[in-house]
Amino acid sequence: MQAVWVIAKREVNSFFDSLVAYILLVLFLGFSGFFTWLFGADIFLSGQANLQAFFSTAYWSLFFFIPAITMRLLAEENKTGTIELLLTKAVTDRQVVVGKFLSACILVGIALIFTLPYAFTVASIGPLDWGATLCGYLSLMLMSASYISIGLYASSLTSNQVVAFLISLFAGLCFHVLFDALAANFTGFAGMLFSTLSMSEHFDSLSRGVIDTRDLIYFFSIVAAGLLLAEFSLTKRNLE
Amino acid sequence: MDIRIENLSKRYGMQKAVDGISFEVKTGEIVGFLGPNGAGKSTTMKMITGYLGIGEGDIFIGNRSVRQEGDELKKHIGYLPENNPLYTDMPVIDYLSFCADLQGLPHEKKSGRIKEMIQVTGLQAEKHKKIGELSKGYRQRVGLAQAMIHDPEILILDEPTTGLDPNQIVEIRKLIKELGRQKTVILSTHILPEVEATCDRILIINKGKIVANGTAESLRNQSSGNTVMRALIEGADAGTVKNALLQLPGILQVLPVDGHPGRLEVTAAPGHALGRALFNCCVQNGWVLAEAVPVETRLEDIFRNLTLN
Repeated sequence: MQAVWVIAKREVNSFFDSLVAYILLVLFLGFSGFFTWLFGADIFLSGQANLQAFFSTAYWSLFFFIPAITMRLLAEENKTGTIELLLTKAVTDRQVVVGKFLSACILVGIALIFTLPYAFTVASIGPLDWGATLCGYLSLMLMSASYISIGLYASSLTSNQVVAFLISLFAGLCFHVLFDALAANFTGFAGMLFSTLSMSEHFDSLSRGVIDTRDLIYFFSIVAAGLLLAEFSLTKRNLE
Repeated sequence: MDIRIENLSKRYGMQKAVDGISFEVKTGEIVGFLGPNGAGKSTTMKMITGYLGIGEGDIFIGNRSVRQEGDELKKHIGYLPENNPLYTDMPVIDYLSFCADLQGLPHEKKSGRIKEMIQVTGLQAEKHKKIGELSKGYRQRVGLAQAMIHDPEILILDEPTTGLDPNQIVEIRKLIKELGRQKTVILSTHILPEVEATCDRILIINKGKIVANGTAESLRNQSSGNTVMRALIEGADAGTVKNALLQLPGILQVLPVDGHPGRLEVTAAPGHALGRALFNCCVQNGWVLAEAVPVETRLEDIFRNLTLN
């Protein structure tokens, strides 16, 4: 566990040293703040003291920002050869993958913590449902974790960060949009399958404050699959 | 901690990078790993360090199998990979601290070891600089420092003196020699004099197989048992001297040395005292043996012989 934390800490420091973290935080907060408070179906139009406007905006902004966070995690190590250095230390492939995953989760977590004043502001002007709000944050965090694990796998496949970004974005697009669109056009088993795979199906349910085990299983399954595939991608160097 | 390699093989697709090699390296021994590019040196080193999985055979470190306990054994190994990859965005001191943490160095020992490594590798003035700002030579020192940070019993160094200036090379060789007294060191290099200066034993690998294993001295003896001397004989013309020398028992060939009139390179079969024979020949003929220099087979020639045929 110590090795996981050491790797995660280095990655988080690297995010902040390379300005990636600052740029993403400013863009995320600016983007979500603008659409939550100032533009379109903003928080004042809903007529209720809730953060649905923010959660809907963050649902999209995080979707685009996460591939930008994850693209370098393993692709850069592959390119510079530091992966060899890392994997010959007293760490396992799994610890490296989990450490990198944790670092990206921490960065997204920091971004979400900076939006907590939104909740306190809304709570000061109306009766905010704190349970539903916390569920909204939980859904954003779980959605982010899912896309981080997908992005990490994409990053493990290549030494080119742009390729990693595009693979991650395309895979994310399937969960974010494609499966939802297919679910609307299919009936029976196929329709149910696509609906089950759709991110919005599970995100909407959880962000409204309904904690359903099926949603949790969905998010944890994607996270586990992404991490295992990334680990396999590292381990396959051992295969002849 | 000894390293024992038994019938180690590794295949990349159809190509066999390492083909059933076996050797042993004892504690306190520095072994030079030589071979042309693509011979299988780095692949073997990567398998010892646990970066690459073992194809066939096994590697034993202190009688523990790398195949079975690879992850556990990593903490006993310090590794400087080829091309010395480093996190260029990190300051030297932070990087060494990161490596120490990864190797599980206890917190109370960490700062002491970092200071020691910075001192040993001469990074005092550069310790707060980012690695990306350092010259190649200093980066190489950082690579060596990270390999030794946890005081490993085994050091695997893939071309450790690449990019260093002659002064640094001498310092690093000295450091490796000192470390080699208590540790097991395997180093690969293309600089053959370096192997002679640093290593107790030489392993030459070609096309995945070990083609030579021994000290520089024993390799010389194995490669050519002939004795060669360069002689300058005065008192007669070169043709007469050559004919006279060829009459002596055991003399295989006498060749003029290019650009040095009067000088001859004389080759004798194994077991013949060439110096004594030259001296006696000169005395008998009333010539003056003005110069007689033994010529050693160069390691480069041995290397070429073993890897080109």
